[in-house]
Amino acid sequence: MSKIHVSTSINGDAVEYLCEPEETLLDALRNHVGLTGVKEGCGSGDCGACSVELDGRLVCSCLVLAAEAEGKTVSTVEGMADGEKLHVLQQKILDHAALQCGICTPGILVAAKALLEKNPDPSETEVRYWLAGNLCRCTGYDKIIRAVMDAAAEMRGA
Amino acid sequence: MVTEYVEGSAGTEFNKRDFKVVGTRPPRPDGIDKVTGRALFGADLTAPGMLHATILRSPHAHARIVSIDTSAALAMAGVKAIVTSEDFVKQKGSGNQDTLDNCMARGKVFYDGHAVAAVAAISVKVANAALKLIKVEYDVLPHETDVDAAMLDSAPVLHEGRKFRNIPEGNNANVSGFWEFGHGDVEEGFSKADVIVERSFKTAATHQGYIEPHATLATMGPDGRGEIWVCTQGHYMVRDMAAAFVGMETSQLRVTASEIGGGFGGKTTVYLEPVALALSKKSGRPVKMVMTREEVFRASGPTTSSSTDVKIGMTKDGRITAGQAKLRYQGGAYPNITAMLGAMTAFASYDLDAVQTQAWNVLTNRPKQAAYRAPGAPMAIYTVESVVDELCQKLDLDPIEVRLLNAAKKGTLSSYGPTFDEIGLVATLEAAKAHPHYAAPLGPNQGRGVSCGFWFNFAGNTSVSMSINEDGTVSVIEGNPDIGGSRASISMMAAEELGIPFDKIRTIIGDTNSIGFNDVTDGSRVTFSVGLATIKAARAAIKNMCGRAAQVWGIDADAVDWIDGAAVPTGHNAGDFSPMTLAEIASDQAKTGGPIAGHHEVNADGAGVSFGVHLVDVEVDPETGFTEIKRYTVFQDAGKAIHPDYVEGQMQGGAVQGIGWALNEEYIYGEDGKLQNAGFLDYRIPVASDLPMIDAVILEIPNPGHPYGVRGVGETGIVPPLAAVANGVSHAAGVRMTELPMSPPRILAAIDGAK
Repeated sequence: MSKIHVSTSINGDAVEYLCEPEETLLDALRNHVGLTGVKEGCGSGDCGACSVELDGRLVCSCLVLAAEAEGKTVSTVEGMADGEKLHVLQQKILDHAALQCGICTPGILVAAKALLEKNPDPSETEVRYWLAGNLCRCTGYDKIIRAVMDAAAEMRGA
Repeated sequence: MVTEYVEGSAGTEFNKRDFKVVGTRPPRPDGIDKVTGRALFGADLTAPGMLHATILRSPHAHARIVSIDTSAALAMAGVKAIVTSEDFVKQKGSGNQDTLDNCMARGKVFYDGHAVAAVAAISVKVANAALKLIKVEYDVLPHETDVDAAMLDSAPVLHEGRKFRNIPEGNNANVSGFWEFGHGDVEEGFSKADVIVERSFKTAATHQGYIEPHATLATMGPDGRGEIWVCTQGHYMVRDMAAAFVGMETSQLRVTASEIGGGFGGKTTVYLEPVALALSKKSGRPVKMVMTREEVFRASGPTTSSSTDVKIGMTKDGRITAGQAKLRYQGGAYPNITAMLGAMTAFASYDLDAVQTQAWNVLTNRPKQAAYRAPGAPMAIYTVESVVDELCQKLDLDPIEVRLLNAAKKGTLSSYGPTFDEIGLVATLEAAKAHPHYAAPLGPNQGRGVSCGFWFNFAGNTSVSMSINEDGTVSVIEGNPDIGGSRASISMMAAEELGIPFDKIRTIIGDTNSIGFNDVTDGSRVTFSVGLATIKAARAAIKNMCGRAAQVWGIDADAVDWIDGAAVPTGHNAGDFSPMTLAEIASDQAKTGGPIAGHHEVNADGAGVSFGVHLVDVEVDPETGFTEIKRYTVFQDAGKAIHPDYVEGQMQGGAVQGIGWALNEEYIYGEDGKLQNAGFLDYRIPVASDLPMIDAVILEIPNPGHPYGVRGVGETGIVPPLAAVANGVSHAAGVRMTELPMSPPRILAAIDGAK
């Protein structure tokens, strides 16, 4: 079977790639588009390291076919900062030392951004349940939750 | 003369000082790369002409390999090379041979998932298709995965004919190690007790659960020179192993450590690296290998599972009269010393007249265990701390008061031999006793658990090099992969010692050809050992800079001191010169004698043991057996917290891994000897919604063996949670829990059984 041609928008740029029919969006982003900030921790939708937004919806890119991105918009961690200016969430993750090894960080950032777009004033419990699909083995989540709550407060202008 | 830095008397490196940089919380140097997706981890690199390789793994728990036929696979279009055990060099030491045999099975497969052959091809898809064409004929053998069953005479023997040292009579051929520690007469001790509790415990094997699967990219050219890019805790270890396994000299293999996505001990050995190198040698192309998550669970090392009998005697007023433990660990198909570490640590928190521990390692048909954060200690200390808690319950004594009464302190003959120097256990217990958490009221179905924890901490071989750049900045090269923020703490210690701002320093992890040898990032050794070597490398550079200033001023080098980042004349005969800053000396270095650098190489000692105390409140639902962690506080002695954020992070992360071990995590094997839960859905590590905030209280009892008083903090945090949670659950549920994980069905069964 020949490859599929996909035209999509990634982090605001028009992008085209060729993919196998069974190839995942995760593999296409990493191997064809060069966005290795999107991480593979499990390949089965259990760890959230490959989180991206697809037309504004938070998904595990390992559970989406690369061909499904046709005509859609994809947002990854690489699109969060505005040039040299970090997104508030990125800055707060640094300020709160909310990462150790950093492998889960891209997925946590994308997921937290999706949360705050829907709910600018989440409770601690809401943050914990929203991020329950993003595994972190280093931090025990404490500093991550504090960073997301702090970012939410700053983004609300509180 | 460098009077400010005169080192302490014999055996003591520590000198009290006022810190300017140490103890602050600057942003980590690799932070922006990690929040923007720029940081390169093991699987993130590609090379021109790169092949992809995958591994054929055993579907059997135990079988003899009769034959392997790779001809059809090799003939497949797109397949470039295949290796089996025959493509590797036989090793001299049995430890190295075991590691090699674990990378690629030789003669026998010992567990479900054991590597048998590997294929390099133009894509993962082609490589996987080729694996299906490899014909392996197996002679399937009986298997055993349980530690107690594997010790029975009826158990299948894994390594027939192999002799292990120091195994007492009466043990079967699967016992690969036996160790004994202690002092005093335990029988006499038990005779003095008012109450004796004797219990048996079991703990399941758990996996380190790093989110980044093992990944490597290896290249070997026709000139016999090799390069490896790999996520590892020790790239010198990878170099030495991979070079030995393919039969090349270490100088010809350069290994570069990628960013590492978690290790916790699990990346202190090799799995893919020698295989990728051998495939590259055969194919002449770069070869990339990345494990799937299923492979990580099936074929990389979890920790040991355990079965332990503990007996402790106590007087009515809470003094422990004797302690005894028999620990049986299985760590898969090859020998290991984790049981020994369990026997050494079990009673380390206590000052005892009579203590005896015995440990057995037993071979089973499971993957070769790998280190996991304080290996051996969590499951050993879990059993002792559970029995101490039960004694406190029976005697109606306060669990912290009893631990204070029996606590190890300076001068205590430890249960494993050495006499303790300055240690922080009493201070840590006092802090827990005084904390509001300990006095907070408990609700219905809630219980509070307490546990002590201990880890030795290691030091070891370490090399650091730094150069003073002409613009007044400093480049530091160290050789230990940074798992939890160590580049920040190393830069901070360099800044402290040199007297310049943190942001003037950049610390990198050099490749194996750039500086001297370094032991693996393990044993909580990096902040201690690399910090020590960094401070001494800085002192070497300072001595050089003082000499340059003396030369410019025309005075004796002994008359120059280094204060706040500048050379300063001292003593009444030195003369009256303005301080010469590091930047000034650096900019003139070409004129005053050439490049200024400092380096230090050491096989460090004096790591300083670390104690912690954990408090946890749990609530057990009597209808479902589900346990909720309501409140958690960690108290730990850090010696000196260089970057407190990352010390807290180690304490919090260790606590949560321990909570997972206590409540959820477990390797589950079927009757067929196959792992049944090789994925994060069924092997459930704690998620954010399982947990409250984890409060971290840092204590600082300086370690005499480090110039700033540092103790390693990475491992102790995983030790207390098993017993702390088990004690809390036992109080909440009204029944003593003796098996981990305390899953809801197990708790319900215990509640029902007690009715």
